[in-house]
Amino acid sequence: MKTGALEAARLVMVRDLRLAFRKPSQLLQPLMFFMIVATLFPLTLTPELSRLRDAAPGVLWVGALLSSLLALEFLFRDDAQDGTLEQFALSGQSLTWMLFAKTCVHWLLTGLPLALSAPIAAVGLGVPAEAMWSVVASLALGGFALSLIGAISAGLTLGARRGGVLLSLLTLPLAVPILVFGADATQRAITGGEIAPPMYLLGAIAVLGMTLAPLAAAAAVRIGLE
Amino acid sequence: MATWTWFHRFGSPPWVYGFAARWAPWFGGAAVLAMLVALYGGLVLAPPDYQQKDAFRIVYIHAPVATLSMAVYSTMAVAAAVGLIWRMKVAHAAASACAPIGAWFTVATLATGMLWGKPMWGAYWVWDPRLTSELVLLFLYLGYMGLRAGIDDPQKADKASAVLAVVGFVNVPIIRYSVNWWNSLHQPPTRLVGEADMDWSMVWPLLLMLLAFFLYFGWVLLIRLRAELLRRERNASWVREVVA
Repeated sequence: MKTGALEAARLVMVRDLRLAFRKPSQLLQPLMFFMIVATLFPLTLTPELSRLRDAAPGVLWVGALLSSLLALEFLFRDDAQDGTLEQFALSGQSLTWMLFAKTCVHWLLTGLPLALSAPIAAVGLGVPAEAMWSVVASLALGGFALSLIGAISAGLTLGARRGGVLLSLLTLPLAVPILVFGADATQRAITGGEIAPPMYLLGAIAVLGMTLAPLAAAAAVRIGLE
Repeated sequence: MATWTWFHRFGSPPWVYGFAARWAPWFGGAAVLAMLVALYGGLVLAPPDYQQKDAFRIVYIHAPVATLSMAVYSTMAVAAAVGLIWRMKVAHAAASACAPIGAWFTVATLATGMLWGKPMWGAYWVWDPRLTSELVLLFLYLGYMGLRAGIDDPQKADKASAVLAVVGFVNVPIIRYSVNWWNSLHQPPTRLVGEADMDWSMVWPLLLMLLAFFLYFGWVLLIRLRAELLRRERNASWVREVVA
């Protein structure tokens, strides 16, 4: 019996999760990076919490974006090097679904933990406690959209020299809308405003990304494997 | 299918090479002529603006290059999509020839905008939505060229950068909208003189200049395309015949 596309995607997810938990130190690196970036701002800007609070959305989002870029390098690289991606492409299964599964796992292992640990950094930036859930929600949703966009650039840079810098150069302009709406949601959460409008827009970008990004990523990966 | 023969001819590098050679001088001549007439109309015949005085005249360069910076990206994305869908080598060559032209139009837009901004807004740079999206557009061009330069295999570079151009094309309206939304939180967008307020003596040089810059783009694109085709097909027999 032939394995269905969803079943294949599930198997990829299980495999990726199992592999990731065998190397737990790699999971912690983006988180530590995020924490260090968040620490640098009070040191360079000002220790006053009232002024840090104004900068908090920017600090959290730039930190999240940078650490997600750092993690994106590992999204496809190891699997491309040891031939796993090639086997995926040859398996007769939908590469789109399998890459979508990989991207979801990537978010589960980087974007989601980052959003969940953001309150630690946010407290240090003077974000009020009642805003924390909204901050976590905006970073989690935005992080998912970032992972989807990033999957395209990660696929495109597979065959490139100096892929790391190029990956950032390709991803950052495409990530502008996510950054704008995400930082706006966080900003509204901190000042006690209505966060629904930017969250809806973030959600719309995430849905659009779910629909189109895996297709583009699969096309990119196939080009890289040729 | 007689109607499709013209399309198939564009798939043949030697034919396009000859086509570009025939048409480039016409585009170039028309561009220079239109540019000179429009410059005379804009700098001499048009009256100074009642508010901005003579400083408004930079619009005759700024608005056309801004239009072109976006039109060239669209051309590049369409050429890239054609290359992906019909596997046309010439389309990929055209897309790669578009990128540096578009990037320079974007730089020119930003430079003239900054020069204009200093007397009008009192600062070289303000985070106006239009300025910001133009800057992001420059980053998109740079990313496209960076990806092309980063991949050694020319066919892979063609296809990968084509996917990027199409993805970027889908993204441009979203970026534009998000930047508008972002700035509306801080300040209302700075409005320039509306078209309806402009006198015809000011408008016709602008329209003619826009046409001139489109012709100029066509001219430069054809020249670059020829060079690109020669470089790509350097081992083909037709190149040896043409060069000899």
